Formats: sequence, C-alpha cells, structure tokens
Amino acid sequence: MARTVWDSTVGKKTVMAVSGVIMLLYLVAHVIGNLKIFFGAGEFNHYAHWLRTVGEPFMHYEWTLWLVRIVLVAAVAAHATSAYQLSRRDLRARPSKYVHKKPRASYATRTMRWGGVILGLFVVWHILDLTTGTAHPGGFQEGHPYQNVVDTFSTWYGNVVYIVAMLALGLHVRHGFWSAAQTLGVGSRTRDRALKTLANVLALLLTAGFVAVPVGVMTGVVS
Amino acid sequence: MKLTLRVWRQKNAGAEGAMSTYEVDGISPDMSFLEMLDVLNERLILAGEEPVAFDHDCREGICGACSLVINGDAHGPERTTTCQLHMRSFRDGDTIDVEPWRASAFPVIKDLVVDRSAFDRIIQAGGYVTAPTGSAPEAHATPVPKADADFAFEHAECIGCGACVAACPNGAAMLFTSAKVNHLNVLPQGAPERETRVLDMVAQMDAEGFGGCTLAGECATACPKGIPLVSITSMNKEWLRATRKAAGGR
Amino acid sequence: MTVSPEYTDYTIGEPLTDSAAPAGPIHERWDKRRFEAKLVNPANRRKHTVIVVGTGLAGGSAGATLAEQGYHVVQFCYQDSPRRAHSIAAQGGINAAKNYRNDGDSVHRLFYDTVKGGDFRARESNVHRLAQISVEIIDQCVAQGVPFAREYGGLLDTRSFGGVQVSRTFYARGQTGQQLLLGAYQALSRQIAAGNVEMHPRTEMLDLIVVDGRARGIVARDLITGRIDTYFADAVVLASGGYGNVFYLSTNAMNSNATAVWRAHRRGAYFANPCFTQIHPTCIPRTGDHQSKLTLMSESLRNDGRIWVPRAKGDDRPPNRIPEDERDYYLERIYPSFGNLVPRDIASRAAKNVCDEGRGVGPGGQGVYLDFADAIERMGRKAVEAKYGNLFDMYQRITDEDPYEVPMRIYPAVHYTMGGLWVDYDLQTTVPGLFAIGEANFSDHGANRLGASALMQGLADGYFVLPATINDYLARHPHQEPVTTGHPAVQEVLAETEDRLNLLLAVDGDRTPDSFHRELGELMWEFCGMARTDAGLRKALERIPQIREEFWRRIKVPGTGEEFNQSLEKANRIVDYLELAELMCLDALHRAESCGGHFREESQTPDGEAARRDDEFAYAAAWEFTGTGSAPALHREDLVFEYVHPTQRSYA
Repeated sequence: MARTVWDSTVGKKTVMAVSGVIMLLYLVAHVIGNLKIFFGAGEFNHYAHWLRTVGEPFMHYEWTLWLVRIVLVAAVAAHATSAYQLSRRDLRARPSKYVHKKPRASYATRTMRWGGVILGLFVVWHILDLTTGTAHPGGFQEGHPYQNVVDTFSTWYGNVVYIVAMLALGLHVRHGFWSAAQTLGVGSRTRDRALKTLANVLALLLTAGFVAVPVGVMTGVVS
Repeated sequence: MKLTLRVWRQKNAGAEGAMSTYEVDGISPDMSFLEMLDVLNERLILAGEEPVAFDHDCREGICGACSLVINGDAHGPERTTTCQLHMRSFRDGDTIDVEPWRASAFPVIKDLVVDRSAFDRIIQAGGYVTAPTGSAPEAHATPVPKADADFAFEHAECIGCGACVAACPNGAAMLFTSAKVNHLNVLPQGAPERETRVLDMVAQMDAEGFGGCTLAGECATACPKGIPLVSITSMNKEWLRATRKAAGGR
Repeated sequence: MTVSPEYTDYTIGEPLTDSAAPAGPIHERWDKRRFEAKLVNPANRRKHTVIVVGTGLAGGSAGATLAEQGYHVVQFCYQDSPRRAHSIAAQGGINAAKNYRNDGDSVHRLFYDTVKGGDFRARESNVHRLAQISVEIIDQCVAQGVPFAREYGGLLDTRSFGGVQVSRTFYARGQTGQQLLLGAYQALSRQIAAGNVEMHPRTEMLDLIVVDGRARGIVARDLITGRIDTYFADAVVLASGGYGNVFYLSTNAMNSNATAVWRAHRRGAYFANPCFTQIHPTCIPRTGDHQSKLTLMSESLRNDGRIWVPRAKGDDRPPNRIPEDERDYYLERIYPSFGNLVPRDIASRAAKNVCDEGRGVGPGGQGVYLDFADAIERMGRKAVEAKYGNLFDMYQRITDEDPYEVPMRIYPAVHYTMGGLWVDYDLQTTVPGLFAIGEANFSDHGANRLGASALMQGLADGYFVLPATINDYLARHPHQEPVTTGHPAVQEVLAETEDRLNLLLAVDGDRTPDSFHRELGELMWEFCGMARTDAGLRKALERIPQIREEFWRRIKVPGTGEEFNQSLEKANRIVDYLELAELMCLDALHRAESCGGHFREESQTPDGEAARRDDEFAYAAAWEFTGTGSAPALHREDLVFEYVHPTQRSYA
C-alpha cells in the first residue's frame, strides 16, 4: 500500500494533505501557547516548562516534546519531499508556456510553491533563533523564552522575517487546508462554502495570532 | 470585422514553432471562430502558403476535436468549445493569439494540432464496464436512483477535448480522468470494477506524464461541458477507498 | 443487358435477389438465419483478421463485439480518437420496442412504423429483425453504464418522437448519441487494451483491395505522416457512415466522407438508392455564405414546440407582435392527428412549401418558427429548461437569440442518407467478404428514416447482426491464401491511390478544394434536395461532369503528400463526391416517383403529397459501377410486402 500511495500523484497529494493537517494541528496548539505571552513572563515561562514535563510521570522529562518534534520533522520531510517531487513533475508536464500570458488561478494557489519554500527557510531560522539559540540576537537564555522572544522582536529584521513568514503561512493555509480536504475526499458541492470559510478563518486566526506577538513587543505591550 | 491573428505555426512534431501574424478582413460576427480560420486558410492556399492545420470535426460542440487556446484561454473567452465560439465575442480591430494545447502529454503534431491519444489510453486502462455483447440482463432488472443517474450523466458529458489539461498550470488530467471514474463508479453496473477502475486509470494517467493536481481550478473553468472541480474530490475519495480496500486484502 | 428506353445514360442489369434471407414466418427468420449460419470454432477465431473501417455506433460496437468473440480486429478511423465519430452528435434518442409505457407498443408495431415511415421502400425481413433486436440494445447499453434518463423510481424514461404514436424513445438528455457512442467506445477500448483490436486512429481508408473476387484488405493513409499502407484481412467491414456531405452544407461532421463506400463501389460493391437522402426539418437556418456546416436541433423539440409561419406573405413583424389569428400552425392544420409530429420528410417539405409561398421568416425568408411560448405557459419555464435546456443554450449560442423569449427559427437541412452500399440480409455487399453496416449500407430505412432509428440500426448492425452473420462467411472460407503487398492486384490499387494523390498535388491550379465543394453542394441542394424535377436533375447531370473537369484543371492543393495535409485530405474526398453526386442525380432522375425523402414534383397527389408509384418502383435500385465514364448498370431488387401492405402514407 505504501508503494501504491507514494508512486501515485494522488497518493503523494494524500501524503501532503495528511502531513499538512498534522502541522496545522500543531500550529493551532502553537498559537494558543504563544498568546500566553500577553499574560506575563511568569505564565509564559511556566507554560514553556510544562511543555517539557507533559506526560510525567509516565513519560520522562522532554520525552513527549521529543515525540512531537519527531512527528513534526517527519511531517515536514514528507510534506517537502512530496511537494518537491510533485512540483518537478508538474513543471515537466508543462514545459512550454503559452505565448499569450494570463494570470491564472488565485493568489493563494499560485503562491503555494514559493510560499512553502519561505516557510521552510523560516522554520530553520526560527529553530536556530528560539530553540537552539544559535542565531539569537543577544544572549540566548535557556529556560527564559519570554526574554528570548522579546529580544528577537526587538530587532527590525526579526520582525520583518517573522511577519512576512506569517503572511505566507496565512496564504499557504488558506489554499492548503481547502486543498487537503479535496485530496482527502471530504469536500463536496454542499460543503464547499463551509470548507472555504473554515480555511479563511483558520488562516486569518493563525496569522493574526502569530503576528500579535511581534506587534505586542513592538508596541511595548510585551516587554 | 478586421482582425489581426497571431497563430502558432509548427511544421511537425520535431520542428521549432513560432507565432506568425496574419490580417483577416471581411469577418462577420455570425461566423464561428473556425469559420474565421477557414477564411484565413482559403486566402493562404490561394497565396501559395500552407494553411493553418487545426483539429475540428462536428462543429457543434460535441465531438471534442477542436482545441485552440485563444488569447490564453482554452476554447477562448466563452465557456464553450472553439467551434461554438462566435466572432461576436470579439471586437473589430482585435489582435487574437491562437495557440495549441500545451502539455508534454499532448505533443504538437502540426501547427495547432496535438496528439491526445494519452486520453484514449487512460480509458483503455479501466474506463469501461466489462459487459460483453449479449451478456446483459434486462434493462429494468436494476433500477438506478435518479440522483445517481443524473450524477453519472453529468460526468459522462465529458467530450475528451483536453481543455482541462491545456488550462491546468501543471498539465494535469485529473478532471478528465475523474469524469469517467465518477460516471461509472456511481452506477450499479460499474460497481464490480469500482476499485480497479480508479486505481488503474490514475496509474495510467501518471504514466502518461500528466502533472499532479494542485486544485488551482483552471480545468473546471475551462471545461466546455461544465464538469465541476469537485469531480476531482470525488475521484480522490474513490482512490483512497480503493487503496484502503486493496491494502485490506479485499 | 438492355438499354433503358427512357434514358441512355445507364443500362439495366440482372435483377438482384437477397439470397441470404431465410423464408418462413417473418418473426422466425432471424433465429433461423442464426441457426443456419456456420460457426467458427472459438479456437480458430484468433486466426481470422477482420478489418473494420469507422468507429461510430456501428463500427465501434462491431469492433468490440468481434474482438470479444475472439477475432483479430484491425480498426481505422480518420479522427484522432475513436470516440469522436459523428454518431456522437446524435441528440434525440434511440427507439426500442420495450413497451415499458404499456402504450400498445410491440416488436410488430415498431416494424410496422418503420416500414411505413420508410414509405415502403425497405426490406421487410431486415426491418423486422431490427425491431426484434431493438430491445436487446437497450439492455446492452444499460449494462455498459450508459446513463439514460430515468424516472424518480429509478426506471428508464422514454419519450415520443416524430412519425409514431407510442413513447418508445430512450434518451440521455439531448446527448443520446454521445452516450451510446461512448458506451461502444469504452467496450472497444477494453478490447484495444486486451490486444484484440489493433486501432489505427488518424488513418483514412482510400481504397479497397479485392483479390480473386473477395475483399481482402484496404489501402489507407496515415494522416500524420502521409504514409500510404496496405492492410490485409479475411473480411472487411465498412462502417464509415453516410454521404450527406456531398451537399457541402449538412449536419454531418466536417470530415465525414464517402470515400470508403465510393471506392468500394468502384471495386464492385453495388450502391443502392443513392438518391434517398433525409432532410431534417429542425435545423438552425444558415446565416451567410461563410457557413461551413448546419446544426441540428433535436426533433424532440417538436414534442412541445409548435411550428408556424405568418398567414400573410412578407409579414415581417417580430414574431411576438403577430397575433394568434394571423399565424398559420400549418402542420397542425394539414395533419391534425400527428400535428407537429409528422415524419421528417413531410415536416421538411411542408416548411419548404410555406417558404416557397413567401411566408418564410428570418433572413432570406428561409425559416419557420418553432415556438415554445405555449409549452412554457403550460409546463413552466423550469420544466422546459430541464427537458430542452441544452438545446436552447446551443440555439442561443449560435444565433444570439433567446428562445425562451423569441421563437426559434428553423429550416430543413441534409442530415442522413438512407441510401448506401447494397447489402443482403447478412449485411454483405455484392463483393464477397465486404460487409457494410450502419449508415454506410442502405438496408433498413427505405426512403425515409424515422427519428431515433439511426442509433438503433447502427447498434443493431454492430452489436448483434454482423457478429452473427460474418461467422458464416469466415467459416465458409476458412483458409484464405495470405495476401502480400507484392500481389499484382494490391500493387495496382496502391499505384492508383498514389497516382490520384500525386495528381491532386501536381495540378497547382487557382481554386481551393472548398470552393469546388461549395459549388457542388449548392448545385445538389438546388436540384437534388428537397424537391426534384426531371429538368433540374438533367441540368445537374450536365453540370457535374463540367465541375469535375474544372476540378482536375484548377484545383490547388498546397504542401506535399508526405506530411499532415488537411487540404489534400479534403481534395481527395471531393474527388469522390464529384462522382457520387452524379450517381445520386441519376438515381433521382430514374426514380420518377415520390417516396419518403425523394420528392419528384411530377409525382404528387392533388393536395401536394408525395405519390408513390408502386407498380413501377417498388424496388431497391442497386447501381453497378462499370468503369469511369461508362454508364452504370441498374440492378433492381424487387421489394415484397407480405406483412405491411403498402398504402398511401397518411398522417392527417
């Protein structure tokens, strides 16, 4: 079955849809967690610590977090690999362009590919910035995420990179969520409007929720 | 009407192609687009030039032979086939670009004529019901709910013109394939081969070098018969169902 | 041979009889024939190759069925895919004597209606078989997944059609032909995938290969590369459709052509009743000289639409401004019991008559109104939309007029040819091993075809009749010597074909193929169209050879033969139209009676109806080709009516 799925364009799209939904669920959790920053350093740092102790005593310290990370890495890898392979295939299937150019498809649809690449690069920077601290501006303090976040969004480029990436995320989710529903066969004529609305709401909430943090830092609400 | 045409000219499959410019005069708004090309061709022949090759046959919008991309749109600005597009959709003095379907699975044969035999091979892979002549039960033996019959019909309307592939930014044939899968899979007569049909047809579609679906929706916009985009969703569902069943051993 | 006393341009040959039809009660004949036919052992069928030319309803169904039976089928179509054959454009429906409506239908009634509708110029045995098989066709198509219209209870819906008073027409909205053809195409596709059918799309038959008196293959041109090749077989089946395009403007597809049947005729197959052409009453009128083809509107529109013209000549008020009492619903007036549902030939001629009186509407006065105002009032716009929506849309697209608001304008146009290659009960032509099915043969419709009967005949021939009868021929000729390209008979045909194409390319004159086609078509429409006269036909017979002579002097075909060359394809088809047209006119001239679609003005009743002359013309006219420029020979097959006794058709 795995072979059938991976060898087929429809199957690869299924992989993309499933991995996309996993990442989307993660993002929903992520944005809720992020918003705790507006309740002060104490609550935010406590929440960050809790992430490492989830599942105790059944799970050892950080086991659950690592489990989530592994699932996420697998999802990203599957999503990116399928996207890459499908894109190569799509470009091969349509090697010559029409002489008469016309804007085709919606903005969100056309931005899926480079939007995905932007998001991929962003994730790398985001991890180096706030997880490992490798690319963090100023002194990265393990266990003090509140301060780390404030540091990042106190630089102009931190804000620009983050906000651009979140806008890309919104567009990506907007088409991606609806598209995944079609790929998984849950779309239908009667449900289409509801799915599109849900996709728009999700995209909007995620983008707004994530962007709220740098805006909060910039406006001094978070400091 | 007087028009400027820029037409894709390509001697044969191996040759390089390019756009050539022609002026045509005396065009009536009541002419079909193909009749306008007839006028051009008559003139080219008398001038000792090669007429423009294009596929066409029934000229009433049902055979699916005609296949032109006009000003960047498969079958032109109206939602119909090229043969049913009339010159009243254009204005006097317009410049019109005419190109062939472009997709690597549809190689150009000459000028505006492309090879669409990949579609035939997709049907051959499973787009049928195995019902050898003479084996049929009485037609009324199996009633078909009207809603299912209508659903089947709506998808069976596909004329196999290939506009969906031409319009798709990925050169995908999902709308064509899904139209046939949905037509047959919803009917009780198509049920015994429901799983193999969708799996085999999708596999053949991939093997022909069509692109994948990114649900851009261009195909459904270009489809002269109005096959809806959700047709692809239904086929995806059929495909997943068939894959699960195959994995489950039955 | 005797020379006809009246005309010197043909000779009278031996009478022809259908030796394949069994005797006995008519409803037992088909069973009897099937039982008497020799069978080919299933294990031996693979060793037999059958060529099928054409992939429409007849060819597609025949190719699929022969392959299912185990024969090796080699099939051809000029289109890029077998799915595009012109059967796809048939709109209205397919008749079958299922009697699902319990409205008094039966096999015998379908048989009766068809013989009567054909104005008693069809063979009873064939028509009865067609009616018998009709019920199996519906079963077969439903099993293939053809999405016929259904009632809410899930059972099949039917509707009534011109020329009959029962509701026996099965349909799939206005796209019945498409759906039936796709069914046959899918069955054929299954056999192609299984390797039982070797399919050659974009390949056109240019001649027939006859060796030792038997059809053994064809010469065909690959339309992409221009390569001319020979293909050999144990039997050849022509399913190449009709020849309505002789008229240039017709409802046929642009590339539908007569080359396969005409070349077969030149190689010895008799051509029967070439003058029997059907003019369909409900087509969209032409708009100007640029027109390349005519578009049919399904006859089913006559179920609810009412046909009328203004009472007064030259009344050019807009239709909605003409009051009810100044309208002439002429079909309802002249034929009160059938009204707007009279057979096609009658409806067409009535339209011509009112237009000739100067009461026609639209540009040039060449049109009559088909009005849905009453139907919309009675059924509501929604119901009309559900039933005819796609036809209304098509009308609007072509004419830019809204038929929900303004009555449609219609005018008759050439649509179908009842004539074709003469075949016996087995559908075999006069060349042994050459079969003709569907519109390509002359068999079942006599002088006029009823609506929804073409699909029935095509599928009956392809699914059921031919596969049963061809066995007999193949079983009786089990070990035919293999033919090779080197055979002198093959070399001769090949050389002739190449010479013809080379000549077309070499003339390099100053007229395009279309200009000749249009000229011929106008001549034929004028003199061999809806009404024919002795003088007019003689004029056409004088003119056609002149056009032909001019053609070979002035034709201009650009490009070469070794490439994709649509002008060459076209020009080569016109060569054959120019010969066939002459035979059509000759046939029309010799048949000095009116019957069905053939209306001779000299032969009409006092009130203007067609007058048959059964004592002189109750026969099928089968013409033998005797050489280029030589007078053809007429072989008469007398038609015997044992079950349906000829009467003056009355639809009043």
